Amino acid sequence: MAFGAFATSTAVAEPAARRKSPIALLLLLPGLLYLGLFFLVPLFSLVITSLQQPDPVVFGQFENAFRWENYVTVLQQYWPQTVRAFGYAALATLFALLIGFPLAYFIGITLRRWPLLQALALVLVIAPFFISFLLRTIAWKQLFSDEGPIVGFLQALAILPGDAAITGSAFAVVFGLTYNFIPFMTLPIYTSLERLDLRYVEAGGDLYASPRSTFFRVTLPLAAPGIMSGTLLTFIPAAGDYVNASREFLGSTDTAMIGNVIEANFLVLQNFPAAAALSLVLMAAILILVSAYVKRSGTEDLL
Amino acid sequence: MHRPLPEDPMIRSLIAQAKRAQISRRAMLAGTGAGATALALAACSTGSDELSPAEDQSESDKTLNWANWPFYIDEDDDGNYPTLERFQEESGIEVNYLIDVDDNNSYFAKVRDQLALGQDIGADTVCLTDWMVNRWIQLGYTQELNKDNIPNASNLVASLQDPAFDPGRVHSLPWQGGFAGIAYNVEETGEVRSVSDLWRPDLSGRVGVLSEMRDTIGVIMLENGVDISSDFSADEFNAALDIFREQVESGQIRNVRGNAYTEDLVNGDTLAAICWSGDITLLNFEAGYEKWKFVLPEGGATLWNDNFLIPIGSPRKTNAETLINYYYEPEVAAEVAAWVNYITPVEGAYEAAIAIDPVLAENQLIFPNADTLAQAKIFRGLTAQEENEFQSAFQSILLGS
Repeated sequence: MAFGAFATSTAVAEPAARRKSPIALLLLLPGLLYLGLFFLVPLFSLVITSLQQPDPVVFGQFENAFRWENYVTVLQQYWPQTVRAFGYAALATLFALLIGFPLAYFIGITLRRWPLLQALALVLVIAPFFISFLLRTIAWKQLFSDEGPIVGFLQALAILPGDAAITGSAFAVVFGLTYNFIPFMTLPIYTSLERLDLRYVEAGGDLYASPRSTFFRVTLPLAAPGIMSGTLLTFIPAAGDYVNASREFLGSTDTAMIGNVIEANFLVLQNFPAAAALSLVLMAAILILVSAYVKRSGTEDLL
Repeated sequence: MHRPLPEDPMIRSLIAQAKRAQISRRAMLAGTGAGATALALAACSTGSDELSPAEDQSESDKTLNWANWPFYIDEDDDGNYPTLERFQEESGIEVNYLIDVDDNNSYFAKVRDQLALGQDIGADTVCLTDWMVNRWIQLGYTQELNKDNIPNASNLVASLQDPAFDPGRVHSLPWQGGFAGIAYNVEETGEVRSVSDLWRPDLSGRVGVLSEMRDTIGVIMLENGVDISSDFSADEFNAALDIFREQVESGQIRNVRGNAYTEDLVNGDTLAAICWSGDITLLNFEAGYEKWKFVLPEGGATLWNDNFLIPIGSPRKTNAETLINYYYEPEVAAEVAAWVNYITPVEGAYEAAIAIDPVLAENQLIFPNADTLAQAKIFRGLTAQEENEFQSAFQSILLGS
């Protein structure tokens, strides 16, 4: 399974590399060309755009320049949305982990003796992917609406006051992010736990460790690669997500994330340098956060 | 730096190999980098030269691509477009009807690079809203219409013949128009007659407004007594913007949305909204009864039009003009208006509609009379600076900063 790609914990012993094999280079060529054309070129274009200055005559046109002030301006103007994006993404990652780990544990370990049930449970985790995630998000908007079943139920139990609303709140956005990324969290953890040798857990018990202590000292460290890739697969796209927080979906004017700001600058304000600068800021911030995380977790060799 | 290589032949060969590998890797990286830079620069270069219209090949090429909005042309149960099929039979031009436009801004973002180079954007005519047409004309992205090919253009209603963005209708002709006004749920709330009524305490948190600046701020300005078609000042705009900001921040306005505002009305999140006229007719039709009432606010409503234009790179201009001419026949216009529920700009369509369906012809949202039209104003064209300034202020409220 592709999700296992990140989670391999035992590095395959590298065979003595035969240098200068023309076939290897030839095989590498499509990949390199692809990277060059569809990653490097757009990246250069993005950097150049982010430094452009507005054409003094025609609105919406920009000329090449070296206006690094663009970065200062966008950060000054949009730092709340940037901070909010990472805050929401971190919360969504945490909640997805809290939901995804027990789920993966259940499928990968508890259901191990019944392969058919295990396969069925896995299908259920993946099943939401069969429906467009835009449709699923719009469906949540309907479920959360003021006259919808959820608000009505909570109001009947007096958990929510009579005039409360869920759609458009920070809760709705974090909920949407969490919901949409649970499979990305669950599947890598599952691939780690699925391979977990249960004799280690038994050994923990034999050595008088409490179940709790066995879990934290044996199971969790062995699941670390999966947790690692799961959190990355959730956090990175969630930070740049602009659908859940969009006013057209679960968000409101109070929940705009950096993705929404980029969208507005690109499509409506025609401020391409600002949109490009923000995209690069987002990219750099994610790179820094992720490398700090990877370094701290001490699992560089996983990536 | 030249240090003698070690004696051991194996180490020597290893070092030599490492050196070669290093150089080739560096050379390759440099090559890729240079290539990428060149390509990126090419992509960024802005064609500032004067654009010239593409050569017209309509004589030999009897096809046409027409980009339009969803639900914006008459459609039968089988998904065919009756008026368009008749046109194809009459003219022998094969029309490729593309439902490509769902937002002025995103459509423009999609085609602007080709337009800037004067290339064919894959549409020979496209229907866009007044202010976006204004931008295209200013940037030189449209071709001049040859009125000799459009004799029916004389059927255009007088009020739309001389808009500020296109005096004399040299580059554009209206397709359909509509009002932005107020709709409210008659079951859940009392009568709403003006924009001020939207700020009532009992509607707190249940009001929706449009993310289209000209409509939302437009009706607020009209409520303030400002004529949006006149040369209003930035202060007058900002006064309306302040009201808008206050109502968003206090939570009176639940949400600011594009087309999705209809969902909020349907699921009850909003009980009243600033909205577009044609949609409410459709919502009531789906509900099966008059659940929502559309009113032109006491202060006034905004009136907008979507206009045909011919992009600079289109090689089928005459075909497009033939099509426009066809849709300016009153009978055809009436047939389209009866289906799409928007305002037709064609003189004589009202009389033609009486023959089809007299009740429909009395619908003020489709065939407004002079009294109704007097209550609606067209937002004036903004200069590039104003556009930039007003949109930034408006968007900053939408983004909560």
